[in-house]
Parts: sequence; structure tokens; C-alpha cells
Amino acid sequence: MHDMAKHDDSKGQYFWVWGALLFLTAVEVWLGYRQIFEPKHMLEVLLMLSIVKSALIVAYFMHLKFETALMRWMLVIAVAGCFVIMYFFFFPDADRILRLGVG
Amino acid sequence: MADVVLDHAAASHGMAGQYEAPLFGAYSKKVGMWLFLASDSLTFGALLFAFSYNRISNPAWPTPFGVESITNASIMTACLLSSSLTMVLGVFAAQRHDRAWTRNWLLATMAFGTAFIVLHGMEWSHLIREGMTPFANPWSPTVPQFGGTFFTLTGMHMLHVTIGVIYLGVIALRKWFLPILGAIWLAGFLLIPSDNVFHYGIHALLLGLIVAAVILFLKPKDYDSHDVEVSGLYWHFVDLVWMFIFPLVYLMSTKI
Repeated sequence: MHDMAKHDDSKGQYFWVWGALLFLTAVEVWLGYRQIFEPKHMLEVLLMLSIVKSALIVAYFMHLKFETALMRWMLVIAVAGCFVIMYFFFFPDADRILRLGVG
Repeated sequence: MADVVLDHAAASHGMAGQYEAPLFGAYSKKVGMWLFLASDSLTFGALLFAFSYNRISNPAWPTPFGVESITNASIMTACLLSSSLTMVLGVFAAQRHDRAWTRNWLLATMAFGTAFIVLHGMEWSHLIREGMTPFANPWSPTVPQFGGTFFTLTGMHMLHVTIGVIYLGVIALRKWFLPILGAIWLAGFLLIPSDNVFHYGIHALLLGLIVAAVILFLKPKDYDSHDVEVSGLYWHFVDLVWMFIFPLVYLMSTKI
């Protein structure tokens, strides 16, 4: 069975990633409690933090960082492309509805 | 297994060692799981976008999650993040052929996953007791879709976590997992009060038991490090989805 992924045997980095994820979660909880931003901007900030956390999980825990470049770019471009399309369909419309004062 | 067939076929046709390397440099099980996860991410992506759309386009969106709920959800998040760490350690143990520690780390992952499910079930029961249904909620009568969107999104995720725990149990314990899962199902059915939604929801474990039994008896095999790694990919995906659900559902609706 072929597996050309580069194997990184250093376990320490996974504990660092785990710690970073817990820290970012704490930051999100703090932002949620303080409600510093209005909902639309709060959503954007929380989404950005979630994307950073997801990138850490995908790159290290799911080992994508150590896979071949073709696999990496195929997955990242495909999924990111779909989410970008979803964003441009949904969020301008939601913002428009908010500014119409409906509901 | 398929590679053994390929080797034999290749050798019998005088072409041993000449078949092409896989396109993505990974064995087919791993590529298959990545493709499945890409499709599942679109499912959750659509649900998350629909939820977010409702959330930001609705100024009267309920904010029912007080200190207890946020604390509970934060503990759930810590459980899932820790389970991802133990899963990585399990994969390492499998790669060095340490069966005992592979099993131990997988069991630790399952324990964290089960803790997540139990805490989430308690959260659901608390919200239902307060009067929240898929069609109405007591905090904002003009936003009847709050319950439906909440239960759909978190229920879909909870189902994925449950399936993941069963999947890991099959990899870690194989046929020994079947009576354990059966005992948990029966205990849940007898001990959870009949007015609780999980009295009937526990039957998802029975469904998982049947599917696991079919797989274990019709295709018995010794799961190797590749199987552990592929199950790890699924588990990390479940964790990754929660990284979006927790802030969008809970932190966007905190009660100050």
C-alpha cells in the first residue's frame, strides 16, 4: 500500500497545537461574553477564528500538511472554493434583509 | 488487501512492480475518506450558512445561552479537542504496531466523545424543559425557526459524533465492542425517562450495533495502522465541524 506522506514523528508539536486550539477557544468565549462587536461583525470575527482553528486541525491533526502537494491543494482549493461561492450567495442577501428592517 | 490482488495480477502478467503509483500519493482508503469528508463538509457548510443567514438577518434572534450553557459548551469543546489529541496519539501507536496503546488511546478518544454526547444531551434536555421545540421557543415568539435550526445543526453533529464513537469502538475492540454497545443501548433505554427525547433517540445505538455486527461478521479483519489513521480522519472532521458550530450557535446567542 503506497503512502508517500512525509512522516513527522515529533509528538510535541501536536500538544502545542492542542494548546493553541484551547487558547483560541478561550478567546472566542471571551469575545462572546463581552459582545464587543455587533452581530454581523461578531460573526465575521468568530468565523475567522474558527477558520484558523480548522486550519490547525486539518494541517496537523489530519496530517494534511505532510501529504503530497497535489492532495493538499486539491482538497483545499475545492472546499475553499465551495465556501467562497456559498458566502457570496448568502451574506450580501442577509445583510440586505437586515438593512430593510424586516422582522 | 487490494494491493495484494494487484501484486498477484501484476506478477502473473509479467508486470510485477510496474503498476502506477496512486495519483495523490496516498493509499486508496485515505483518499476515499478525504473525498467523503469533502462532501460531508459541504453538508455541514450548507447547514451552517443557513443558520448564519437566519442569525444575522434576524434582529430578534433569541439569546438564551447563559453562563451554565456556555460553560457546558466550552467543556464540550475541550472534550472534543482533547479527543483529537488522543486520536493522534492512537495513530502514532498504531504506526509503531503497539496494539495495547493503540487500543488505550482509542478508548480515551471514545471516552471524550461519549462525555461530549452526554453533556450535549443534558443541554438539549435543559432547553426542551424550558419550552424549546423545533417549531417554537419561549424567548422570541417572532423567531419560530430558532429551535428547528438549533436542533437540526447540533443533532446532525451529535449523530456524527455517535457514529464516530461506534466506528472507533469497532476499530479498537472489534467483536468485543458489540455486547458493550448492546449493554449501553439497553441501559439507556431502561434508565432514560420516557418523557425525554433520548429515550427514543438511544435507538440510534441499536442501529449502529446492527451495522457494526454486519460488518464485523461478514468482513472480519485485523484493523491495521491505515484503518486507525482513516478513522482518525473522520474523528478530526467531527471536531472541526464543532469548531464552527460552537461559536456560531452558542457564542452568537449568549445571554448577558
